[in-house]
Amino acid sequence: MINAAGREIPDEFLHDGVEPFQGIYYRDGYHYQKAAPTVRAYVRPQADKLVDSVKDAVIATGLKDGMTISFHHHLRDGDYVVNMVMKAIHELGIRDLTVCASSLGKAHNYLVTCIQDGTVTGISTSGIRDEIGEVISAGQLKHPAVIRTHGGRARAIEDGTIHIDVAFIGASTSDQYGNASGKGGQSDTGVLSYMGSDVHYADQVVILTDTLVDAPNFPAAIQGIDVDYVVLVTKIGDPNKIATGALRLSKDTRELGIAENAAKCMYHSGLFKDGFTFQTGAGGPSLATTIFLKQYMQQEHIKCRWAMGGVTEPIVNLFHEGYIQNILDDQAFDLAAVGSVLTDTNHYEITASQYANPFNKGAFVNQLDFVILGALEVDVDFNVNVVQGSNGILQGAPGGHPDTAAGAKVTIIVAPLIRSRLATVRTRVTSVTTPGESVDIVVTDYGVAVNPRRQDLLAAFADTDIPLLSIEELRDLAYQYAGEPSPLEFEDQVVALIEYRDGTLIDVVKKPKLQK
Amino acid sequence: MAITTSALAGTLESSDAQVLIEPRAQGVQINLESSVYAQYGAHIEQLAHELVETLGITNATISITDKGALDCTLKARIEAAYYRALGKQQDFDWEVL
Amino acid sequence: MTVTDRIRRTMIFLNTQRAALVKDAFIYRPDCVILDLEDAVAANEKDAARFQLYQTLKHVDYRGVERWVRINGLDTDLFEEDIKAAVAGGTEGIRLPKTETASDVQLVEEKVAAAEKQFGRPVGSTMLMAALESPLAIINAFEIAKSSPRLMGIALSAGDYVRTLHAKRTVAGIELFGARSQMIIAARAAGVMAFDTVYTDIDNMAGFKEEVELIKNMGFDGKSLISPKQIKVAHEIFNPSAKEITHAAHVIQAVRDNGDKGVGVLTVDGKMVDIAWVEGAQRTLDLAKAAGLYKGDLA
Repeated sequence: MINAAGREIPDEFLHDGVEPFQGIYYRDGYHYQKAAPTVRAYVRPQADKLVDSVKDAVIATGLKDGMTISFHHHLRDGDYVVNMVMKAIHELGIRDLTVCASSLGKAHNYLVTCIQDGTVTGISTSGIRDEIGEVISAGQLKHPAVIRTHGGRARAIEDGTIHIDVAFIGASTSDQYGNASGKGGQSDTGVLSYMGSDVHYADQVVILTDTLVDAPNFPAAIQGIDVDYVVLVTKIGDPNKIATGALRLSKDTRELGIAENAAKCMYHSGLFKDGFTFQTGAGGPSLATTIFLKQYMQQEHIKCRWAMGGVTEPIVNLFHEGYIQNILDDQAFDLAAVGSVLTDTNHYEITASQYANPFNKGAFVNQLDFVILGALEVDVDFNVNVVQGSNGILQGAPGGHPDTAAGAKVTIIVAPLIRSRLATVRTRVTSVTTPGESVDIVVTDYGVAVNPRRQDLLAAFADTDIPLLSIEELRDLAYQYAGEPSPLEFEDQVVALIEYRDGTLIDVVKKPKLQK
Repeated sequence: MAITTSALAGTLESSDAQVLIEPRAQGVQINLESSVYAQYGAHIEQLAHELVETLGITNATISITDKGALDCTLKARIEAAYYRALGKQQDFDWEVL
Repeated sequence: MTVTDRIRRTMIFLNTQRAALVKDAFIYRPDCVILDLEDAVAANEKDAARFQLYQTLKHVDYRGVERWVRINGLDTDLFEEDIKAAVAGGTEGIRLPKTETASDVQLVEEKVAAAEKQFGRPVGSTMLMAALESPLAIINAFEIAKSSPRLMGIALSAGDYVRTLHAKRTVAGIELFGARSQMIIAARAAGVMAFDTVYTDIDNMAGFKEEVELIKNMGFDGKSLISPKQIKVAHEIFNPSAKEITHAAHVIQAVRDNGDKGVGVLTVDGKMVDIAWVEGAQRTLDLAKAAGLYKGDLA
C-alpha cells in the first residue's frame, strides 16, 4: 500500500503489527509494554568477570544459531571489535545471526564474508555503506536489512521490536566487573551513548576492552551490574581512525554561502533568542553555520543553552568561548570532542534513547529549536534521502536525521543544489529517509526554499535578503543545469526496509538493476 | 574524418571528463564509464553519438571517463580530443561545434 | 551601443580549463565573470580551454552575470581563434591583455567585427575592455580609452607593470598611485569605465578591503578579482550606504519638487545642496538600484 509519504510498501512486510508510515506524530500517546531481558543472577561473589578470549566469551554466552547480537560504532572507522567478534563466531560455526549495530562502515567489512556464507542473515543498522552496502544492495543478505535511526534503534530495543541476545561492547576502559567507559585508555571514544538501551535490554552483555583499570571505573557509562563478561584484548581499535583529526571549518566560498543563509534563516525565524538550542551535522555547510551563528550571537548578545549531537571541534570551541553553555553528547566526532567530554563539566554524555527515542517520555530532540542537516536528495514534497546513492546502492545513514527533524521547531537542510551533475533537489527522491512533513527549509547555493506548511517562516523571511525560491523552482534550476535525471531501474527484490523512528515503514529499498 | 593517432583531453576531476580517442579500423565505438551512469548514462551516450555525427568522425574508438561533467564539458572534451588527434589547431567551424 | 550603463563592481577571473569552475560561478553573484584563456590556462591546454569556453558560453545560462573572455595576447598565434570562439559563443565582451596602443584595440575590433559577421552575431554587439599592463600603456591610457566605440573600459593589470617600473609591490600601493591616477583621469575624460587590478593575497581580507576602499575613493568603477570570497566584500564597499541612498533620494526629490522654479540652491536634510551635486546623487541612486538596494522610482 501507499504510505503517508507517498511510498509503496509491499504488503508482505506489513504484518505482526508493522504498519506503514502515517505521519510523524502518528504514534503520539501510544501505550506499549516495554520489553524485558531474561538475565542470569550472580548471587555468589565472583573474583572477576574476566574470560580469556573473545572466543571463550562467545562460548560462555551460549550463543546459538538464529540469535541476535549487537554492536556500537563509537570506534567508527577504527573499530576492531565487530570483526574480532565475528571471526570468533565464524570459527565456532554459529549461523543465521542477526546483527543489530548502531551503524556499520568500512571497518566492519568482515561482515561481508559473514553475509555471503550465511553466518549473518539479518542486519539492523543506521549506516550501511561501502562494501557492506554493496553486498546488501545486491541482495546477498538473506532477509532485508532494517535501516533504523539512532532514536528508532533505541525504541526498537525498548519496545521489543528487536530482542538482543548478546551485546558485544567495545569500551575504552573497564574494570574487572564490567564498569565500562568511553573515557581514557588507548582507544578513547569519549562516550558510549549508543549502548544505553542494549545494556538494559540484552540478555547478556560482554565488554571488550584493551585497558583494564582498577575498580571502580567511575563514572561508568555502562554499569558492572549489567555486565556478564569482560574480555581483555590487545586493541579494540585504531585510535587514529576513531576520532578523525579535527573536523575543520570549511573555507569553501560555496559552502560558506550556504551556511550563511542557513544562519540567516535561524536569525530571522523568530526563535533566535537567548537560551536557544541547536544541533548541526558534521558536513561542511552544516558545521560552517556555526561561524555565522557566532556572529549573530555576538550581535544580539545572546547565548545558546545547549548544543547537541555528534560533537565536533567547532562546537567545542564555541562552548569554551562561552557562546554555548552546555553540550549534550551522543557521539564524539573528533579529538577535541573526546577531550572536552573527558574534562569539561558542562559537557554531558547522553544515551541514544535520551537523545532521540520517540517512545520514551521526551527525548532531547523534542527540545531542539533548530537542527541543520545535510541531504543526498530532497524532493518537491521536502522528503529527504540520506541513505541511497545516485546509483541506487545503499551508501548512507539516517543517524539522527529523522529524529532531530521531527523534534526540532525548525529543521534546515543544507546542500549544494548540484553535486558534479547530480541534482540534489528533484521531483522524487530515490527513497525517503526523513519525511517532508518534518523538513522546513532547504538551503542551497542557488537559493532557499521554505516548506509551504511553514507560512510563519515565509512571513518572517519576507522582508529579508534571504534568496527565496519555491522548491519547484529549485528543482527546475537543478534540471536546467544538470539535465533531468533518468529514473533508476530496480528489480522486484526488496533488500532493505527503511523504518521510521516510530517503527512504521517509510520506504523500502529494492535491488538496483545491474549496470554495465 | 578518420584519425591516425591517439589523443587525450580532459581530467578526472569532479565535474570533468577525460576523453581518449584512438584510431579504429571501422566505424565508431563509444565506451562510457560514468560516475552518474545510472541517471545520465543513456543521455551521455546519445550526446556523444550526435557529436560524432556533427564532427564527421568516421573511424575511432572514443573512451569517455566521466566524473559528472555537464553536457558543455563533455562536448568540449570530445572536441578537444578529436582535433588533437587530427592535429588541427585553428579555423574551426565554431557555429556547428 | 551603451556600454557603460551597467554596474560592474566585480569581475572575477575563472580558469576556463577547469570545468568545475566555469559550470556555475554565477552563484557567487559577481557583476561580471572573465573566462580566462590567457595566464591561467596551461600552454598545452589552450585548445581544450577554448572548446570549453565556446560550449560554456553557448550552453550555460549565467543568469544575468556579464560574461567576458580574456583572450591570449596579440603577440601569440592564439588570439584570433580565441576571438572567433568567444564571438561565436556569444560573449558580451572581450578583454584584451597587454594593450599598449589604440591600434591594438583597433586590431582586435577588426577581428571581432569579422567574427560577428562570420558567426551571425549583430555587428558591434561585442564590447571590448583593454587591460593596461606596462608603463607605455599607462602613458597611452587616454588614447586607448577613446580608441573604439566598443570599448567599455580600461583595467589595470599590475603584475608586469610594477616589475617594469622597477618598483616594489607594497601593502599601501604607493607604486600604483601614478598608474591608477592616470587611468581614472583617462577613463573619465574618454567616458569609459575604469577597473583596478587583482588583489592576490586571498587570505588577507583586511588588506583587500583597504585596497577596495582606496580605489573606490579614487573613482574606480570596480575591481578584477581572483577569489569568489572577495565578491561580497567588494560589493559592500562599492554599494552606497543606507544613509547615502536616503540623502540622494531627498536631493533628487527636492530637485523634482523644485521643478520649474529654477532655484540654484536647495536645502536638503538641513544642508545646502548645490545643483552641481545632483549628478552625484543621481549616480548614487542608480548604483543603489542596480545593486538592489533602492526600489524607488527616482533612479
